[in-house]
Amino acid sequence: MPADGSIGAPDKRREDVRFLTGKGRYTDDINVNGQLYVHFLRSPVAHGRLNGVDTEAARAMPGVVRVFTGDDFADVGGLPCGWQVTDRHGDPMQEPAHPVLARGKVRHVGDPIAAVVAETLNQARDAAETIEVDIEELPAVIDMKAALADDAPKVHDDLKNNLCFDWGFVEENKAAVEEAFQKAAHVTTLELVNQRLVANPMEPRVAIGDYAAHSDESTLYTTSQNPHVIRLLMGAFVLGIPEHKLRVISPDVGGGFGSKIFHYAEEAFCTFAAKQLRRPVKWTSSRSEAFITDCHGRDHVTTIQLALDAENNFTALRTDTHANMGAYLSTFAPSVPTWLHGVLMAGNYKTPLIYVNVKAVFTNTVPVDAYRGAGRPEATYQLERVIDKAARELGVDPIALRRQNFITQFPYATPVAVEYDTGDYVATMDKLEEIADLSGFEKRLAESKARGKLRGLGVNCYIEACGIAPSNLVGQLGARAGLYESATVRVNATGGLVVMTGSHSHGQGHETAFPQVVAGMIGIDPSMVEIVHGDTANTPMGMGTYGSRSLAVGGSAMVRATEKIIAKAKKIAAHLLEASDGDIELKDGQFTVAGTDKSVAWGDVTLAAYVPHNYPLEDLEPGLEETAFYDPANFTYPAGAYACEVEVDPETGKVTIERFSAADDFGNIINPMIVDGQVHGGIGQGIGQALLEGAVYDENGQLLNGSYMDYTMPRADDVPFYAVDHSCQTPCTHNPLGVKGCGEAGAIGSPPSVVNAVVDALVRAGHDITHIDMPLTPSRVWSAMQG
Amino acid sequence: MTKVTMSVNGTERSGEVEGRTLLSAFLRDTLGLTGTHVGCDTGQCGACTVHVDGKSVKSCNMFALEADGASVTTIEGMANDDGSLGVIQQAFQDHHGLQCGFCTPGMVMAAAALLKENPKPSEAEVRAWLSGNLCRCTGYHNIVKAILAASGQDVSKEFAA
Ligand code: FES
Ligand code: FES
Repeated sequence: MPADGSIGAPDKRREDVRFLTGKGRYTDDINVNGQLYVHFLRSPVAHGRLNGVDTEAARAMPGVVRVFTGDDFADVGGLPCGWQVTDRHGDPMQEPAHPVLARGKVRHVGDPIAAVVAETLNQARDAAETIEVDIEELPAVIDMKAALADDAPKVHDDLKNNLCFDWGFVEENKAAVEEAFQKAAHVTTLELVNQRLVANPMEPRVAIGDYAAHSDESTLYTTSQNPHVIRLLMGAFVLGIPEHKLRVISPDVGGGFGSKIFHYAEEAFCTFAAKQLRRPVKWTSSRSEAFITDCHGRDHVTTIQLALDAENNFTALRTDTHANMGAYLSTFAPSVPTWLHGVLMAGNYKTPLIYVNVKAVFTNTVPVDAYRGAGRPEATYQLERVIDKAARELGVDPIALRRQNFITQFPYATPVAVEYDTGDYVATMDKLEEIADLSGFEKRLAESKARGKLRGLGVNCYIEACGIAPSNLVGQLGARAGLYESATVRVNATGGLVVMTGSHSHGQGHETAFPQVVAGMIGIDPSMVEIVHGDTANTPMGMGTYGSRSLAVGGSAMVRATEKIIAKAKKIAAHLLEASDGDIELKDGQFTVAGTDKSVAWGDVTLAAYVPHNYPLEDLEPGLEETAFYDPANFTYPAGAYACEVEVDPETGKVTIERFSAADDFGNIINPMIVDGQVHGGIGQGIGQALLEGAVYDENGQLLNGSYMDYTMPRADDVPFYAVDHSCQTPCTHNPLGVKGCGEAGAIGSPPSVVNAVVDALVRAGHDITHIDMPLTPSRVWSAMQG
Repeated sequence: MTKVTMSVNGTERSGEVEGRTLLSAFLRDTLGLTGTHVGCDTGQCGACTVHVDGKSVKSCNMFALEADGASVTTIEGMANDDGSLGVIQQAFQDHHGLQCGFCTPGMVMAAAALLKENPKPSEAEVRAWLSGNLCRCTGYHNIVKAILAASGQDVSKEFAA
């Protein structure tokens, strides 16, 4: 742990001032001199053969500079997938091509067919209306199980079938798991759907390509969570631009939640077209376009079975999941239902034997990839739902059943390939019982009853693997990239610092929290530290922000770089103080010779580094700037326990969330205010999934709810105040800050407790039900009550 | 193209627009006031909320021509004269009522309109008022808290869930 400074303080966010006064600089706020606008003509059908695209009329329309079609990209690479899964039989996954603009076939509604570039956006739109597309509509495959039938139409003609991979984990456990099920005293089975969600960050995606002929340099401004990753993927795999000729800038980004990790066709298009046309090209997604082009999340259909012995100990677990990949493989799509899902199936419990089977399926729908939690919400939901169901079947208290099966010894090696370093699940459950006032439930139940409402209580635990990720491990698992993070700390002569990080902030408050870490280590005011991120030209190669990794991995890189700074600064101080550097102590920005009153201030040392008049030049280089790359030794394992109380209107089936409580263990905390906010936001999204959201396709592959008119986003009056607590802290043992990450917990931990609560309410009211699939809309709940 | 003139944050501004130009586009593209955000194309998200003649309006739901001669206030006009944050803005910062900041201008404008109409709203009234403004980051907790605080109500005690 670095010396105390401002670490742990709820510092107000410095970035807020610009956001609150309208001075944020989001990608759409940027306009480059001479820019053109692109409008994409997109497929109106889910599956079809593209027999011809006639752009002649469009080319003659006012203001049109050029119309591009798939043929213009014949010599350009396709969008790459960054993760390769090997299936149960040792074969690599089936990996289809993903062209920038469709060629030959269109494979989902929204697949881009042509791109009109014009002087104004309206001109581009008007011209796109005149393009004649000859599409021979083909039968669409939408349902995953139907997609795997022998005679199903193929999404990709050149693949064997629609099965991307059939993954077994851990394959060697399979026989032992079968045997444990045979011997079980009780087996609980649950079939469920983890429905398709649309991430919906409030800022739609934007891309602006620019090309400087004098230096042969391309610049892409884009709404990305990881500009370096985009530079690498787009430069190396799609457009063939060397990294030193390509700059990617992600300025203020209005939320991501995973959907802005991936490399999208529009980014490649704008970069490519700007170079071709020698003019900047800008694309701003409309919300309707976002619904059919931003990657979706979740979309798993699962059967889970839990085996218990006669004493109600969990003895084995097996799951069978179909995971929708959509029409193409998005950047990290294969990792989500496998390594981000299977490895979490142990949850907080000491189940000794686990087998996970995942069949990933291509369908004629928008590609599916990581959405807040990515695989871990799916794992948590099925596990915590089946445990609740088991408790009900066995007539035992669901909390007691969980407690009985908690892992209590750490480190703990799970049967699904990971080792939890620390945790205290008893403590978070105790804390939950306290903050949720579970002992007062019966009283509240009676009050609800008196009002004619059904009340229910749902509790669940969760664990997640964050701090993504140890490169060595993920390399073995199929990642095609490393997942370290980087930081450069540049100290100026007058003592201020600039920290350049590969992490990216799109709401997480890095500009406030990171200075707390660095300033705390030195003992200076955080206002002396400036954070630079989001521009590949002035940050070291880093992997960006997702998987609750920025503090655990990016923060650790910052600590390492700052440690190097301090070590060098101590040597300079030792010279100035005529002492040995081993005797120098740094506290509150002052270097002191231990045991004496001889000292020199931080600012004098930094000045000496850059004005080396009295300086040990023979021992040390001038200057004070250090870079560190940090690659974690393990994942981090935040965990916690959540409780939800609902009221159900017996007349209408409408569910209201009456209380929501979250007790989390994130290890050490840098800024508790920001942590609270992260948990609140995650819970809001989790409640959205549980009660409101879900992308619905009809059998022809039309997205039926592709706008905010139809896709029910959670609103302020759908949610209550949340009680959140993170005072249970078991620090991570393998990163220098002892932090675990908090960005996804709320979204992972909240859906099961909501569903558990609604089932509880209905069962208490005498309804014979065991499960309702999300979203628990009034009509679904009402139907369940009728039935 | 037609000329429109309006008072924006107290200054007379004019520009040439097409009949179909939305007020949000006029503010952003013609006047460069990019604090007003566009988060949807169906009038649901509220990121584009501004005040037109004192009333809160979704600027994507109005043609620029309809605002000809009107007095418009945007997020850029909400700070105090000395540049410091206004009461609502300050409450948003104090209570961490924003994360990515994209919904924030609309939230602040909506909150200002609410407090003008109802200076001491209840929690339920705040939530109901905000139902036309989407935020994907905060789960609304700290937005509601910030608005209650801006109205001078005590939010020091953690709210029971
Ligand atoms: S942009 Fe105006 S309501 Fe969404
Ligand atoms: S703060 Fe990001 S949408 Fe509200």
